[in-house]
Amino acid sequence: MKISTDEVEKMAHLAMLDIDDQLKETLSEQLSYILDYIDKLTDVDVEGVTPASGAAFTSNVLREDHLKVSPGPEVTLANAPERDEDFYTVPRIVK
Amino acid sequence: MDLHTLTLAKAKEFLAQGKISSAELTSAMLDRIDRYDDKIGAFITVNKEEAMAQAKVADDQIAAGNHKPFTGIPIALQDILCTKGIKTTCGSNILDNFVPQYDGTIVSKLKEHDATVVTKLKQENAVLLGKTNLDEFAMGSSTENSAFKITRNPWSYDYVPGGSSGGSAAAVAAQFCSGALGTDTGGSIRQPASHCGVVGLKPTYGRVSRFGLVSYASSLDQIGPITRDVTDAAMMMNLICGNDPMDSTSAKRNVPDFTQALTQFEAHSLRGMKAGIPREYLDMEGIHPEVAAIFDQARKVLTDLGVEIVDISLPHTEYVVAAYYIIAPCEASSNLARFDGVKYGFRDKSTDDLMEMYKKTKSKGFGPEVQRRIIIGTYALSAGYYDAYYGRASQVRTLIMEDFSKAFEQCDFILSPVAPSPAFKIGENADDPLTMYLSDVFTLSANMAGVPGISVPAGFSSAGLPIGIQMMANRFDEISLLRAGFGFENAIDLKTKLPAL
Repeated sequence: MKISTDEVEKMAHLAMLDIDDQLKETLSEQLSYILDYIDKLTDVDVEGVTPASGAAFTSNVLREDHLKVSPGPEVTLANAPERDEDFYTVPRIVK
Repeated sequence: MDLHTLTLAKAKEFLAQGKISSAELTSAMLDRIDRYDDKIGAFITVNKEEAMAQAKVADDQIAAGNHKPFTGIPIALQDILCTKGIKTTCGSNILDNFVPQYDGTIVSKLKEHDATVVTKLKQENAVLLGKTNLDEFAMGSSTENSAFKITRNPWSYDYVPGGSSGGSAAAVAAQFCSGALGTDTGGSIRQPASHCGVVGLKPTYGRVSRFGLVSYASSLDQIGPITRDVTDAAMMMNLICGNDPMDSTSAKRNVPDFTQALTQFEAHSLRGMKAGIPREYLDMEGIHPEVAAIFDQARKVLTDLGVEIVDISLPHTEYVVAAYYIIAPCEASSNLARFDGVKYGFRDKSTDDLMEMYKKTKSKGFGPEVQRRIIIGTYALSAGYYDAYYGRASQVRTLIMEDFSKAFEQCDFILSPVAPSPAFKIGENADDPLTMYLSDVFTLSANMAGVPGISVPAGFSSAGLPIGIQMMANRFDEISLLRAGFGFENAIDLKTKLPAL
């Protein structure tokens, strides 16, 4: 299956990636090639097979609801690229 | 005595006997890293001063008779495991300044095993030597995809060490540490272990807590040991396994003493064990003749130890790679969405528009392989394609799991090569992602099925590069792998062969 550069651009937007025209071309070729290979999955008879939802095979994992102390803003925001006192900041949203 | 030559088990013994101190052992390792790591590139961060301080505390503990198995043992950690106060980069520019504010569960265990036993606080207090290089976010099979450096194979510097835990495997082979932890999503412990001539064990999914492991593909990721020999692997398993309330996928199962596998071998050799060889593996094209020869030799060695070889079938082998390369990128595209330049890590500050900030942050922060997988995953999960790709791949995964369940009715472990060829040259496969993906066929299956797998050194190629063999066992039966691996290692006696740097 051929993945066009337009489709690559659409996916990049959904994934919040900014890719240039040259990378779009490369990815269009590579994805087409990779997805062609992946198309072999259509050869498998999966009629009525339950999809695996992970590998843990556990049922619900429950625990008591305990109150714990929050680590506080100094710890939580320690790695924030930009902050204003106890808040993360982002570029202005409402203009 | 050249202290760097000691295995983990020997180091533990000598420390307990007072023959060596942790300060001596740690400084021998640090000296060696100083001398050779600019050639090999195993470490992203060397935790030099703190490691020496930890070693001195460990020595006091040992002197007071208040020590545990890992007290004073120098361990290297793949740089995807969160370490409080030590930079954790995942080999990515997007996290190049990220300093976790907490330890992952595994790291806590290395530091203090019984922290909850207040009455007699016995701290494990292993020495955290440093953080090892990896393919960015563990995506890759060669450690060429790190944003910071490539890691070279200690056996021959022109070759890759394998990946993604290439830094950890190279560090163990180069005798930079007593043992290391890596992570395995599709073979990332076993394949570099094979390429570097060391032992790598991927435990059963759920055996080891993933809390504090930066997620790549959550249903496939598992932490495991990379060590110089099987005994050391069993020791590390004793430390790292067990249920953790912080990881709901970690199994509520009793953890055995894994070293019993070694005593089982000493008592019974491998008599009574059955090894399955999947006929689909034998028919596979593209297996390097030197890998095939070593595999045949391994089969003979195991037979001589009393193993019965049985013919088994894993009918969906042909579809493993295709299903994996849907499931892993889908999970990755979801997991990696969190790196948005707001809470931690790199932010592009060249724009005052929020959407632009997200896009520029991610595009500058992530490398090409990571972006490729995010786009594949986004495509496969997008409206209209979900059922055809992720849904179908998950159904195929069920069939792969059933193949393994049936196979283990007939045998104790499955024997296979680890990788279809020995380590390749740096740069050789860089432009061809699919070829790189296909080389993971033998290891991916264990992650897809959630079963444990071990890679044990089995011989050398004509170029002098190590080649391992893989054994996979049923869920939670790591004991069988360690027993067979230990027997095999003893029989072929490559044990002492580590590279001259």
